Amino acid sequence: MQSDWIWGLLGGGLIGCAAAMFLLINGRIMGASGILGGLVDGTGRGNLSERGAFIAGLVLVPGVLALAMGGAETHLSGNLAVIIGGGLLVGIGTRLANGCTSGHGVCGISRFSLRAIVATAFYLLAGGTSVLLFKHLLGVI
Amino acid sequence: MRALYAFVAGGLFGVGLLLSGMTDTRKVQGWLDVFGDWDPTLAFVLGGAIIPMAIAWRFTVGAAPRLGGTFPAPPEPRLGHNLVVGSVLFGAGWGLSGLCPGPAMASFAFGGLGGVVFLIAMIAGMIAAPPVRSRLDAVAGSS
Repeated sequence: MQSDWIWGLLGGGLIGCAAAMFLLINGRIMGASGILGGLVDGTGRGNLSERGAFIAGLVLVPGVLALAMGGAETHLSGNLAVIIGGGLLVGIGTRLANGCTSGHGVCGISRFSLRAIVATAFYLLAGGTSVLLFKHLLGVI
Repeated sequence: MRALYAFVAGGLFGVGLLLSGMTDTRKVQGWLDVFGDWDPTLAFVLGGAIIPMAIAWRFTVGAAPRLGGTFPAPPEPRLGHNLVVGSVLFGAGWGLSGLCPGPAMASFAFGGLGGVVFLIAMIAGMIAAPPVRSRLDAVAGSS
């Protein structure tokens, strides 16, 4: 669609403002995998309520908005192996790399962190290769 | 107070993810599909997000967070094997499924059973990460 890039820019701007707010007010980096991961493995015990509240907002607010818009669609694959395999890889990978699209891609690149730039280069490369392999060569997605 | 602002930031982040198309796996896979029907939308999302954040980092110089404490330490210069291996695994899973951690949580309410299964698998992966990290460190240390 022609208007997709406008929505992309607008949504991206909101993501950036959320990250800016979390940094300037709470003093924290808005990384989705780090905020959840710290709850999961117990390393974030010191700021449990802050992490919990962030995730509550992240789940509830777009949920309500999607409902108001008449529903939203993720178009996630129905293949259970794809879903479980994808989830496991995303979970292990983001914790090993200490960041995902939000932490490295948005918060890290915006302060010219070499680690974030290298991480983003590798996950984009691996993502492109993965789509090439699973879509065009194997045809599972 | 910290929790309230965290809730607002999380909500704003989620709305941005939904409106930008990041919760739509077809758009994400379209962006990663460089050899197929490439969809450039996500470049606008990333660009649109980096600009306000780059401005925000400038305001951290010589200042303190509104609610007290200190700003995050400067980025570590050391790269290391975990960063590379982790990013490759993450990218592979992101391409395969079309979901990264933020959108996986943001789509909880409308992602159906598949979305919930993905979240459970992702959390299982996060639990499995520390032992995997120890093994990788051992392998890297002995080579």
